Amino acid sequence: MKRTGAQIIAHLLTRQGVPFVSGIPGGANLPLYDALGAEGLPHVLARHEQGAGFIAQGAARATGRLGVCLATSGPGATNLVTALADAKADSVPVLAITGQVARPLIGTDAFQEVDTFGLTLPITKHNWLVRRAADLLDVLPEAMALAVSGRPGPVLIDVPRDVQLEAAEFERWPEPAQPAPKKPCDPAGVERFAAMLAAAERPILYIGGGVVASGASEQLTALARASSIPVVSTLMGLGAFPADDPLWLGMIGMHGTPAANRAMTEADLVVALGVRFDDRATGRLQAFCPEASVVHVDVDATEIDKLRAACLGLTADVGLVLDDLLPLVATRHRPIWRARVADLKARGSYPAPGADPARPQDLIGILGASLPEDAIVTTDVGQHQMFAAQHYPVRRPRGLLTSGGLGTMGFGLPAAIGAALACPGRQVVCVSGDGSILMNIQELATLAELDLPVTVVVLQNGGLGLVRQQQDLLFGGRYTASNFLRQPDLAAIARGFGLSAANLGASDDPLGLLAETLAGHRPSLLVAPVDQAEGVYPMVLPGAANHEMIEDRNHAACH
Amino acid sequence: MQPVIELLVANHPGVMARITNLFSRRAFNLEGILCGPIGDGRESRIFLQVTEDDRLPRVLKELNGLHDVLGVMLRYDVPAGVFDPRRVGEMKMAS
Ligand SMILES: Cc1ncc(C[n+]2csc(CCOP(=O)(O)OP(=O)(O)O)c2C)c(N)n1
Repeated sequence: MKRTGAQIIAHLLTRQGVPFVSGIPGGANLPLYDALGAEGLPHVLARHEQGAGFIAQGAARATGRLGVCLATSGPGATNLVTALADAKADSVPVLAITGQVARPLIGTDAFQEVDTFGLTLPITKHNWLVRRAADLLDVLPEAMALAVSGRPGPVLIDVPRDVQLEAAEFERWPEPAQPAPKKPCDPAGVERFAAMLAAAERPILYIGGGVVASGASEQLTALARASSIPVVSTLMGLGAFPADDPLWLGMIGMHGTPAANRAMTEADLVVALGVRFDDRATGRLQAFCPEASVVHVDVDATEIDKLRAACLGLTADVGLVLDDLLPLVATRHRPIWRARVADLKARGSYPAPGADPARPQDLIGILGASLPEDAIVTTDVGQHQMFAAQHYPVRRPRGLLTSGGLGTMGFGLPAAIGAALACPGRQVVCVSGDGSILMNIQELATLAELDLPVTVVVLQNGGLGLVRQQQDLLFGGRYTASNFLRQPDLAAIARGFGLSAANLGASDDPLGLLAETLAGHRPSLLVAPVDQAEGVYPMVLPGAANHEMIEDRNHAACH
Repeated sequence: MQPVIELLVANHPGVMARITNLFSRRAFNLEGILCGPIGDGRESRIFLQVTEDDRLPRVLKELNGLHDVLGVMLRYDVPAGVFDPRRVGEMKMAS
């Protein structure tokens, strides 16, 4: 067989069952685009490579499967960088294929040459600069397997233009990429885990994105219920445990529930599953459940003992560990601990949202009540994101897609497009802010073109709300550079892109308008003016311990 | 003796950049580096002379996690002399 590098890439992606790729063509990846067209692999034309990266991420986050994005050399590749760093921070399986200048030009400061390999080395799980077309037969399957194996993450393949055009002779196609088998745990470790659970009086499950990535939500729920263990979650773990279960205490950390943060300090055994003890979740680390023993299960060995020494550290897939653990776990009722948990929950939950769409908390609550069980909500970054995390009832794993580790404004809209593409028939809502939406607003063109059932709800508070809140609490209320002096008409802009759009503030019946828009199942944008004075509370101030939460801005001075 | 990290790596271009990146990000000094291909040249052996540091166990784990790193060992039996730059510096330049 004789195929060009570009044909090899196009064929191997298609054969792998990649449903679509997103990207933007340019000089250095045109041979690849030509081959993709010939192979018939669906392509989504983003309007900025960061958008392409987040579209791929949205698909990957919504399904757990590999997302693929493409960019040309130079500025195309640098525009992808943020989306890759974001995928690394949240362990999202993405493959980026970038064009590079032709081999003889590498290192000459050629037109649109940047060192993509060097730039992306620290923000990918692994990356390659491919120097021969034949190497793609090994590199591409290896890259696709690596991205989804173990702890998932982004990988990048940089392919010089002349390598895309070079013909390679080979006998047969390589085997399709297979994820590495999931890493099981040694039985002795599981037995110790079971013994520690049996001996604990006040155990607590501290869960994160690793539970979602492992698909271990069912086993987690079974464990919690069998042994009466309350559950707290990081932002990334929301949806892995049913929010209507009495054992659910909510999110921990900076904007977590007082119940979850207090229960952590009272626990004698912390069962940490697929978490990395991130500072937004733990608050001041030295004060994070200092009395408790920790069992830490994570598929990534580097996470064990990274920030908190574990009494028992198991490097293995969470789901497999729980499969082995469950038969060893006796039914426990723990009446005293459960009563304490119920009491903490009664006194330390977020106030139930009301029905006033001008209050951001209420608006999220209304969305939660209106959307079907299988809806997917994406967010941008800011107060609106935290309101969504606090008040949206995430009903299944992968039901809330949000940029947790990197906190990238501009994530929400393209991620929503990717999720809608990957999950046909499901309704997708992007909760955004009037700051964040502008960071990838150009993807409204992509959305309109694809005609997907995505509704963008922009919580418009006239500025960079979360920045204002921090300035309020930490910088004497001096709002340097966080207020918008002019408010663009986002509904008109969206209409200009071809969406249907409206402003809830201009309607006599905002709730009716919201319901009608959601029922329309088409590209739409709603501007929701919200009270600028609303802050995200409770809050743990930077450097404070999680149990030192402040309830509102008036209490900030005490700490 | 000083700690020395011995690595077996896939001899791919860029592998040294991946390894040194783990150290430079933490301002963790590499005192000496010795490296060369082994066997048919598809693999290389690397010796990194480092100083005793609390972060060493973590760096070893991260090295182990690199895709191109095939093996990691911490040794205390490597004589410091092998890293002595004067061994090369004082050679006569062939001209
Ligand atoms: C790309 C990027 N730049 C800057 C920030 C810092 N930042 C965090 S939240 C925020 C304000 C977000 O404003 P908006 O999207 O309107 O959301 P709000 O907080 O008002 O709900 C900023 C600037 C960031 N997270 N990401």
